[in-house]
Amino acid sequence: MNGAHDLGGMHGFGPIEREVDEPVFHAEWERRCFAITVAAGFLGRWNIDMSRYARERMEPGEYLRSSYYEHWLHGLQILLVEQGLLTEDEIAARMAELAAERGG
Amino acid sequence: MSDDHQHHHDHDAPLPDTVLRVKALESLLVEKGLVDPATLDVLIDTYENKVGPRNGARVVARAWVDDAYRRRLLDDATKAIAEFGFMGRQSEHMVVLENTPKQHNMVVCTLCSCYPWAVLGLPPVWYKSAPYRARAVMDPRGVLREFGVELDPDVEIRVWDSTAEIRYLVLPRRPDGSEGMDEAALAELVTRDSMIGVGLARSPGAA
Repeated sequence: MNGAHDLGGMHGFGPIEREVDEPVFHAEWERRCFAITVAAGFLGRWNIDMSRYARERMEPGEYLRSSYYEHWLHGLQILLVEQGLLTEDEIAARMAELAAERGG
Repeated sequence: MSDDHQHHHDHDAPLPDTVLRVKALESLLVEKGLVDPATLDVLIDTYENKVGPRNGARVVARAWVDDAYRRRLLDDATKAIAEFGFMGRQSEHMVVLENTPKQHNMVVCTLCSCYPWAVLGLPPVWYKSAPYRARAVMDPRGVLREFGVELDPDVEIRVWDSTAEIRYLVLPRRPDGSEGMDEAALAELVTRDSMIGVGLARSPGAA
């Protein structure tokens, strides 16, 4: 399936930006996102092709605007929900709880 | 918007809700016993502190000093790399590409960001970025120039697009002037970028 992820040969993205002494992760959420994605993979409910397909289903504009670990996060949620391990509602509810805690 | 897009770094401000969503998924997965918090800590420590391009550098240095090893590596990279104990996730099917005076190899993953974790660690942001993925296959010479590598015009450049299954490691050319050096010293000359094919191994004394 082609889509925004199919970037080979596309024009207009400009120069490649590199960072000197780049850290492995740039934020704590990236560390956690990496770890929960890999650990959830150990459940054996999906393979790498399914993971990639889940990431590629991100809305194209959003795919290009977002970062690598955001693609991972999007894919992880799709897989968890499709496999019946979590529901959209419980994820939304937990996010609301966490937001309330942070706010209060 | 276009300005924002052009200057978007992988680590710029995440989309709204990203941080909350990560926390929500982690807490739900742990609560349901689907992931073990200790496993999360081990994974982060492994890929942040233990696995990285120094692994690949040892493989390359061995290939430079030991011709039988070099042949094993080119013949069955997964097996030859496993001789060091480097194996596992995202490196199950390795292929090593040898640079020669006539051919320079460069690796990209246009569709995703496939990368040989066991020998190079997790990929840098530029490797995962849209500009590299878009341009590596279209203008490799221009990309190399951006990385400070100017190859002779008659050197052929081959660009290898990684897949979910096959991961590539470039075997860079051993630099001139490194003849008397031992394996450990040679490994210090091997940069991450030289194993992706966007750089060359360092010259001795150039630090």
